[in-house]
Amino acid sequence: MLVAVVLVVIAVGTVVFHVVSPWWWTPIASNWHIIDDATLVTFWITGVAYVAVILFMAYCAVRFRYRKGRRAAYEPENKRLEWWLTGLTSLGVIGLLTPGLIVWNEFVTVPDDAAEFEVVGRQWQWSYRLPGKDGVLGASDPRLITGDNTFGLDPNDPRGQDDVLIEGDDLHLPIGRPLKVLMRSADVIHDFYVPHFRAKMDIIPGMVTYFWFTPTRTGTFDILCAELCGVGHHTMRGMVVVEADTDYQEWLQGQSTFADLMARAAPGDAVKLAADEGRGDAAANGNTRSGSDRPSPINR
Amino acid sequence: MDLLRQITEKPWLPQDAVERLHAERAIAAPAAKIGLRFFLAVVSVLFLLLIIAYAERMRFEAWRPGPQPVLLWLNTALLILGSVGLQWARVAANRRQIDGVRKGLMIGGFFTLAFLAGQIAAWRQLSGIPFFNMASPAIAFFYLITALHGVHIVGGLVAWGRATARVWRASAVARPLQGSVDLCALYWHFLLLVWLVLFGLLFSGNGNIDLLLALCGFR
Amino acid sequence: MAYAEPAVVDHAPPAEVPEVELYHAKTWLTKYVFSQDAKVIAIQYSLTAIAIGLVALVLSWLMRLQLGFPATFSFIEPADYYQYVTMHGMIMVIYLLTALFLGGFGNYLIPLMVGARDMVFPYVNMLSYWIYLLAVLVLAASFFTPGGPSGAGWTLYPPQSILSGTPGQEWGIILMLVSLMLFIIGFTMGGLNYVVTVLQARARGMTLMRLPLTVWGIFVATILALLAFPALFVAVVMSLLDRTVGTSFFMPHIVEMGEQLPYGGGSPILFQHLFWFFGHPEVYIVALPAFGIVSDLISTHARRNIFGYRMMVWAIIAIGGLSFVVWAHHMYVSGMNPYFGFFFATSTLVIAIPTAIKLYNWVLTLWRGNIHFTVPMLFCIAFIVTFLNGGITGLFLGNVSVDVPLSDTMFVVAHFHMVMGVAPIFVIFAAIYHWYPLISGRMFNQALGLFHFWVTFIGAYLIFLPLHYLGFVGVPRRYFEIGETGFVPESAATLNEFITVVALIVGFAQVVFMANLAWSVFRGRVAGRNPWRAVTLEWQTAEVPPGHGNWGPTLPVVYRWAYAYSVPGVEDDFVPQNLPPSQVKAADPSARAAE
Ligand code: HEM
Ligand SMILES: [Cu+2]
Ligand SMILES: [Cu+2]
Repeated sequence: MLVAVVLVVIAVGTVVFHVVSPWWWTPIASNWHIIDDATLVTFWITGVAYVAVILFMAYCAVRFRYRKGRRAAYEPENKRLEWWLTGLTSLGVIGLLTPGLIVWNEFVTVPDDAAEFEVVGRQWQWSYRLPGKDGVLGASDPRLITGDNTFGLDPNDPRGQDDVLIEGDDLHLPIGRPLKVLMRSADVIHDFYVPHFRAKMDIIPGMVTYFWFTPTRTGTFDILCAELCGVGHHTMRGMVVVEADTDYQEWLQGQSTFADLMARAAPGDAVKLAADEGRGDAAANGNTRSGSDRPSPINR
Repeated sequence: MDLLRQITEKPWLPQDAVERLHAERAIAAPAAKIGLRFFLAVVSVLFLLLIIAYAERMRFEAWRPGPQPVLLWLNTALLILGSVGLQWARVAANRRQIDGVRKGLMIGGFFTLAFLAGQIAAWRQLSGIPFFNMASPAIAFFYLITALHGVHIVGGLVAWGRATARVWRASAVARPLQGSVDLCALYWHFLLLVWLVLFGLLFSGNGNIDLLLALCGFR
Repeated sequence: MAYAEPAVVDHAPPAEVPEVELYHAKTWLTKYVFSQDAKVIAIQYSLTAIAIGLVALVLSWLMRLQLGFPATFSFIEPADYYQYVTMHGMIMVIYLLTALFLGGFGNYLIPLMVGARDMVFPYVNMLSYWIYLLAVLVLAASFFTPGGPSGAGWTLYPPQSILSGTPGQEWGIILMLVSLMLFIIGFTMGGLNYVVTVLQARARGMTLMRLPLTVWGIFVATILALLAFPALFVAVVMSLLDRTVGTSFFMPHIVEMGEQLPYGGGSPILFQHLFWFFGHPEVYIVALPAFGIVSDLISTHARRNIFGYRMMVWAIIAIGGLSFVVWAHHMYVSGMNPYFGFFFATSTLVIAIPTAIKLYNWVLTLWRGNIHFTVPMLFCIAFIVTFLNGGITGLFLGNVSVDVPLSDTMFVVAHFHMVMGVAPIFVIFAAIYHWYPLISGRMFNQALGLFHFWVTFIGAYLIFLPLHYLGFVGVPRRYFEIGETGFVPESAATLNEFITVVALIVGFAQVVFMANLAWSVFRGRVAGRNPWRAVTLEWQTAEVPPGHGNWGPTLPVVYRWAYAYSVPGVEDDFVPQNLPPSQVKAADPSARAAE
């Protein structure tokens, strides 16, 4: 009996907890309502199954609990019942999968008019690159990264000269326009994650990953790293400010471009290239670097 | 589809299974042979994954084709002879000819050891070339794959050693002895096959695996 | 559904297959330490797994202390936290669950349940245990090396896992990788044994479809493991080479803290594919034996044949096969080609169908049964609840687009704890309570067992149910502390404290469990033969606990399937698999009339 009561409490309690829980998704700030909708569909279909199965078990626990002299039914199989249940489950699965795949199709199809910007992850900070007046991002290569050229931009690419570089500051984005985020990592895998936007994607060193979204609400939102990237993983935060296009343009004007930075860093001489340096002699160097003399990245 | 029939039976109905079971096992073979076959399946997966990893890695930047030591052709021949030796031993064991078994085992063991020596020579040749670099993926794969294959051969040689010792002590071919020679031969042929695939796809010409993938429509 | 005992065969003709020679231990050392008896090996495996599992349990408390009361425990630094996460996850999944289900229960139950005297390769079986022990020791040693154990997460994703920004980069990661290689080698030895024993050493009359589902589950799980572990092996060896000799299998060009590293061209995603090609089947390597055991226990304690036995077998096989084509559902947001998402979401949701069928059949076995709410049965019911819960959240995470916001959050942590943490652990508890009388010859203390059950069940549910909702809020997993954010409400801190307190209470209940087992070995009531009145062979041995060689002078002969409970027309409500039909007592007609 106790078992049955507990099972009922679990079924009902879970539903009640779900309804009254103060912990629910954050108000959305992007176009991915449809992800939330697909999630709700999933909740409904699976929730019904969950409650039904547990309540049925509670019923069995009462009705078929041990009684002396009673015999269980001997019934090796029941084809009809099994096929019915299989059919119903398949319907449920189709009901889940259809919205899921429709939304995914949307998610992977970047609109043609999406504006691009770049997020660069490194242990343990975010930096951003926005296209300048020409609207395109210049070429980059991790081998070009130096203390001055932290983004590894190609100094000889004219398209990159007007790129706006943001380091150690908030990212600003215009509202209402589809945006394609291009992501690069200098070192390990990170993941660009803004809970309010719902979307996220890993950033793999050695390649450029992407996803797209449209900011739909002005405000300031947290940026987190969602892929373990070392001891400072949880400190890898940032802020994104979504604002009206005019405010955004105004902000953009006040930022420095790659050309500005280069001019400031190396007045006169040419940018040092690090191309192909350090490659080719791995066997000799082995892997004997040590990180012990580096200042701790954690400020607690 | 005997297995299929076995797993669609209705076990709660009356059956005369007691009579049947030993007449038709799920798979008819000695336990050791089944064990070996499963082990070979495991090894196949291992090398298959390595080949896939190799093919995958080729698509990425900084892929430079690996060197193709000519010595490997000789080594391949040696391994084939090793397999031939063990096959000889196996046939002789089936015919209960202890002398043949001895000869076969010796020939097989000799050529297999020669193969290993040849592989080591190839390693040394490679490490001697100018611009040798472990970070070069093709070279790293070459060492990794040949080493893993070599380890399996060495494992086989342990079994071979035990079988050989038994053969030398025995005066005639008995059942268990025939069994172990049989297993050794199976293992050798399998490792030869693995080597031929590895060599053919990866170490005998840079285009081979590309060609295969193109034929299968992947490239 | 007419039932008839096979009237034709009663006595079995003598076996055509000669009995295998049984290894006999001569000294104390070879009997209890370097034993080749599967039952002893099983106990060695189990005790080792539980011992290292306790370490993982303690680590979970430390993690919970940090999450519940951030900035209170100054001895937990971020690096420590990540090391706890990693070691906890790896130990729980590989060194505890895999080893306990296959090395522990597999070794104990397979020979007994199929009616064999021992495993077919006892010597290899013994080696398997010692290599496993070595793997455990190597792993444990990493706690004591400079730099400590690896903090790379149990997934060990490169490049991070071998770079200096991750704790344990000096020795921890190397020992971890070496330990995994050892584990795989040891497991392969044991695994070949389990498979061949099931195929070749069954008693007369034990057709494949008369095998108990426990054996089916362990059998298919072992095949999965044999085919999946090579992927981990390849990934591990290549990582190890990247770390030690500077190859670049998984290492692209990297600029670490402004310093150009000599790597280049490798593919981190390749590692993920290899890892999850192993990692997903791994879930089922743990789950299938649990499925099998639960089926048998429910049937026994509900006195009813398992519902839809054939469907159960086919579902096990189907799940095993399908589990090799769903691995990339762990990689929806990994940066792999996004179009793979369509395929893997579909295959993942398809695998839900055979899984659901299994669940229905457990519940339908309770239906119209005669249920004894023994401690093992209670744990089985708890398993159904938590497994159902975890399976359902699996549908969220498997359904690509729904996964996007949830992946890498606490929702994932809650999901996999329900489905492959809590649920299989409940089966382990159920199985230990169920077979304890067989293994030790004595009964555990009932009251303590019930206490353990209620605290663990309710506690685990209270820990992990709310955790899903923190995931909804957006709290990422593997976070030392979430700190101040604009999206996590204050109340989440209270929730975290609550979860921590419950986790500590649940942990305490495990101490009670272990005390109960230890105490009952010496003081428990003598259980006698077959206390649960089960039909399967392991309860029908000559001695209790079963002696060396299991069966006395003659091997058992099997006359019926493993679920002959409450057979109509038979007096008892169970008919042992090896009871000759002539000895089955027909029911008293007057008693039947009263029904
Ligand atoms: C009461 C018991 C347990 C508690 C309180 C517990 C708690 C935790 C916590 C707090 C984390 C870290 C979450 C994070 O920060 O990402 C974690 C991770 C994990 N746990 Fe448990 N756990 C328990 C039992 C288990 C069991 C039985 C398993 C067996 C499968 C398991 C497997 C894992 C895995 C695989 C991880 C992920 C490690 C990683 O992210 O690398 N846990 N657990
Ligand atoms: Cu991170
Ligand atoms: Cu999976």
